[in-house]
Amino acid sequence: MAECGASGSGSSGDSLDKSITLPPDEIFRNLENAKRFAIDIGGSLTKLAYYSTVQHKVAKVRSFDHSGKDTEQDHEPPYEISVQEEITARLHFIKFENTYIEACLDFIKDHLVNTETKVIQATGGGAYKFKDLIEEKLRLKVDKEDVMTCLIKGCNFVLKNIPHEAFMYQKDADPEFRFQTNHPNIFPYLLVNIGSGVSIVKVETEDEFEWIGGSSIGGGTFWGLGALLTKTKKFDELLHLASKGQHTNVDMLVQDIYGGACQTLGLSGTLIASSFGKSATADREFSKEDMAKSLLHMISNDIGQLACLYAKLHHLDRVYFGGFFIRGHPVTMRTITYSINFFSKGEVQALFLRHEGYLGAIGAFLKGAEQDNPNQYSWGENYAGSSGLRSSSPELCLAQRARSGTFDLLEMDRLARPVVDLPLLLDPSSYVPDTVDLTEDPMARKYWLSCFEEALDGVVKRAVASQPDSIDAAERAEKFRQKYWNKLQTLRHQPFAYGTLTVRSLLDTREHCLNEFNFPDPYSKVKQKENGVALKCFQRVIQSLDALGWEERQLALVEGLLAGNVFDWGAKAVSDVLESDPQFGFEEAKRKLQERPWLVDSYNDWLQRLKGPPHKCALIFADNSGVDIILGVFPFVRELLFRGTEVILACNSGPALNDVTYSESLIVAERIAAMDPIIHSALGEERLLLVQTGSSSPCLDLSLCTSKATSQLLLVPQSLVVLEMEMESLIGGLFPGTLSVITLDPLLPQSRLDEGLAALVRERAADLVVIEGMGRAVHTNYHAALRCESLKLAVIKNSWLADRLGGRLFSVIFKYEVPAE
Amino acid sequence: KVSVKPTFPWFGLDIGGTLVKLVYFEPKDITAEEEEEEVESLKSIRKYLTSNVAYGSTGIRDVHLELKDLTLCGRKGNLHFIRFPTHDMPAFIQMGRDKNFSSLHTVFCATGGGAYKFEQDFLTIGDLQLRKLDELDCLIKGILYIDSVGFNGRSQCYYFENPADSEKCQKLPFDLKNPYPLLLVNIGSGVSILAVYSKDNYKRVTGTSLGGGTFFGLCCLLTGCTTFEEALEMASRGDSTKVDKLVRDIYGGDYERFGLPGWAVASSFGNMMSKEKREAVSKEDLARATLITITNNIGSIARMCALNENINQVVFVGNFLRINTIAMRLLAYALDYWSKGQLKALFSEHEGYFGAVGALLELLKIP
Repeated sequence: MAECGASGSGSSGDSLDKSITLPPDEIFRNLENAKRFAIDIGGSLTKLAYYSTVQHKVAKVRSFDHSGKDTEQDHEPPYEISVQEEITARLHFIKFENTYIEACLDFIKDHLVNTETKVIQATGGGAYKFKDLIEEKLRLKVDKEDVMTCLIKGCNFVLKNIPHEAFMYQKDADPEFRFQTNHPNIFPYLLVNIGSGVSIVKVETEDEFEWIGGSSIGGGTFWGLGALLTKTKKFDELLHLASKGQHTNVDMLVQDIYGGACQTLGLSGTLIASSFGKSATADREFSKEDMAKSLLHMISNDIGQLACLYAKLHHLDRVYFGGFFIRGHPVTMRTITYSINFFSKGEVQALFLRHEGYLGAIGAFLKGAEQDNPNQYSWGENYAGSSGLRSSSPELCLAQRARSGTFDLLEMDRLARPVVDLPLLLDPSSYVPDTVDLTEDPMARKYWLSCFEEALDGVVKRAVASQPDSIDAAERAEKFRQKYWNKLQTLRHQPFAYGTLTVRSLLDTREHCLNEFNFPDPYSKVKQKENGVALKCFQRVIQSLDALGWEERQLALVEGLLAGNVFDWGAKAVSDVLESDPQFGFEEAKRKLQERPWLVDSYNDWLQRLKGPPHKCALIFADNSGVDIILGVFPFVRELLFRGTEVILACNSGPALNDVTYSESLIVAERIAAMDPIIHSALGEERLLLVQTGSSSPCLDLSLCTSKATSQLLLVPQSLVVLEMEMESLIGGLFPGTLSVITLDPLLPQSRLDEGLAALVRERAADLVVIEGMGRAVHTNYHAALRCESLKLAVIKNSWLADRLGGRLFSVIFKYEVPAE
Repeated sequence: KVSVKPTFPWFGLDIGGTLVKLVYFEPKDITAEEEEEEVESLKSIRKYLTSNVAYGSTGIRDVHLELKDLTLCGRKGNLHFIRFPTHDMPAFIQMGRDKNFSSLHTVFCATGGGAYKFEQDFLTIGDLQLRKLDELDCLIKGILYIDSVGFNGRSQCYYFENPADSEKCQKLPFDLKNPYPLLLVNIGSGVSILAVYSKDNYKRVTGTSLGGGTFFGLCCLLTGCTTFEEALEMASRGDSTKVDKLVRDIYGGDYERFGLPGWAVASSFGNMMSKEKREAVSKEDLARATLITITNNIGSIARMCALNENINQVVFVGNFLRINTIAMRLLAYALDYWSKGQLKALFSEHEGYFGAVGALLELLKIP
């Protein structure tokens, strides 16, 4: 009835294979700073966890001291860029076959520098067996942790921190995985752990869980009984046999008892009446495949039935399955799902976890790190450093498993701030940021994967160019290219590898890979130059706007926002033009725009609204640097301020493409304030607040704002008062952008939202959200329903997308929405 | 009145996946006049069934279950309980043809899936029309009736006291005077679980395919045994703890965190993951482990159903329990232990025959 790690059988403790097929330094990364180890040793796989720090280059911008000087000379950049080192926290998880354990421990010992570490937390059935080896090799004291406690801690952790962690398995669907968006409240749930036996645990809160039952018929029964029946020794081989067998040759079906009358009686003839019922005879031989299949059905059905009975008794409808019996095996996920659907009549969902195999190690690690309160932080999966989910096809699966003692990696970065839902979301539990799910749309997936492949050369070039003084920039850029290219190829074959595949996740993955090779901000120089050029035009643009009548001006402001949005290095069509013609100007951009009526055009309603009372407070999500923020957004902001509307301008915490970052926005605001009294006084009176989103993604996930309201007021020279919220660090690129308000064009790479931002939105009672740009308003949030008025603006700079939406290149989306009363 | 009674012979038939159960009422109050009129074929059937205890190579009359001096429909007689494997059904039909059953103009009341499966064969080969009856209706009718008539003066229903202690274990009569609500677990080839609230009000709660057929089927594959009796005999001599992984094998003792005793099975057949242990077990051990696995699982599902349905008396019936004291005692113990004494496992002497009895009652229109 209890979970056990299936120690003993199957593991070959005697002849340790020392030949690790992958270079270990690519597996046990950042060991020199590693501290706090945990290990989970199961029947065949070992999972090692450690905490480390990563030094990253970060691009910083700093304003020049302009005191005394009146105006800038031509060619002088508006601010300076420096690259600094930043240290961030990272969790490493490595999974490998027990065969390698000694070799791995040796490697770790040789590379471990940190001497503060004295203890290693250990869990799993094999922890006892390898205790002496670990203590001898690493000279760390082994602290045994309870298996189930670790498992549940780990489960809570991944459910809270990793978007699309849980999925349903759908037989014969393409793809078979249907990921769940994270529910704001993960409790209560049922965890059914199918190890050698089955444990059924009800988890009610972070610290409260109860073993409510179990069954002795589990993975060990499949393996042990299967080995007896088929003389096949390995678990994976048994599963493989089962996937080829016909259980109907061994099982007695309802139709075997009732004959052909099932249909008229309304009975399902193919239901199994008696497992192995046909084998009760001495005069027949049964094939290994058929017996394995029958056994698999018997065990899966039994577990599913018990899980449903427990779920019913405890009124739970979310049931997560884990344990070595499940561990990514499509065959068992399929039979368990079938069983749950059958016995619960669809009322209970069988859910599986992408990182199921790591739960014990994560939990053991968290146990050991309790004094550091790791649960106070938000963590994000690093797509660059994590292996992702493996293939769903049973054939491929076996091949992959056989391939070397595969090392599987998971890396998680600490986000600087906890992330929370934007309070303005209408229904956080049903909010899905992404407009198109590429896992479910093969056409779109093919297009976007090719699109990102084609854009790769440009990104590599840009990355090298951003670091002209670095000797190894070209080499690192090449490594980046290889890494991202490989990720794209993986995603082509396994689109579900990192959860739901979206344009946002593709962008975020690219940011993670760039960061991995120390290209923190490939566009820093481009942005600097563009900001400089645009700042010079600001006053002229304002003058011509002010010369217009009220109604003409409103349209011109909106057109300015849209024109600014054409400047987007993320869209290939535009980056081609920008590369070839750097003088491509604001006016030219305006000429490119579609004539009204736009593809989506609710401008008249917006204009009508502007004739009414001013909004209390607008939350604007800015997009691009340069023309977009300076000539598009700021004049629009200025008009809102003039009307008496407070403005929260939210920019990305970390860099993504040419998106304006929070720190750049501070400088830009400072420079504009020097030219414009309206902006100047609004900043001084805190009617205009600059905040960071917590994100470094060109897309925006409004469901995850950073959560801690530790905002601090920063006094910036020229008495600019800026509300600074700490952002999640760049690394966290996991979670693309976050908040609702005006988003301007790009996609935020880290899409989750800063908690401080959420607090501010509440405090200022924001009643208008402006979201600008393809990334934030089309790839994500296009269908997002908010509690308040919202404007979603974008220029479609991608002909394929334009085509899909029924428009042409440079078609305009102007979507003004008012929530239903 | 006599004319509305069905003509003899009185049979009830339950054709399951593995076994056919036949009950036969032998009238003992036949008058000389009747004897005179009794056609030859009817007489021959009566003689054949009542004077033998075995039929062919596989048919068996459970003499110890015979109910004596029973009054049915105003007639006095003995009720006989006969079983044979379902795969011998064609021979049975052939016999009906040879003995010219169809000339008796009798109605064959039959239940179980086989009533449907073999209906056509009865008709074409034996020229016999079957009256097909719902198996769950028959089952419940049969149980209630048999319980009401007792077992030749003894109690039909019983339970085990101290089931885990082979010294102190006692089979004791149980008076099912308040039968409702009742959880009825019928363990044949597969398992059906019914919640019974009154004579006419019941529902099928669930079922499992891990039943008697699974025990016997797996035993055949694992040990090469050929009969249920042989399988049970082997099981009685085996040690399942060599095959199963117990809680104490993993935790060294009880797993206190979850309140699991060390003797509990953590993983059925769990030790068989290891090659060395596979080589060290006997066929008897494997038979025992199979029996324990299937029985524990049925107990576990029954217990969960009882909890969900809020019922505390559970009656286990079906031919899996025939001569299967190991399973019955285990069910009794497991139900009591895991429910902390809240649930009671009950058994019935005529464990496998209730469906057939129900079919006979239908023939006689006994409500």
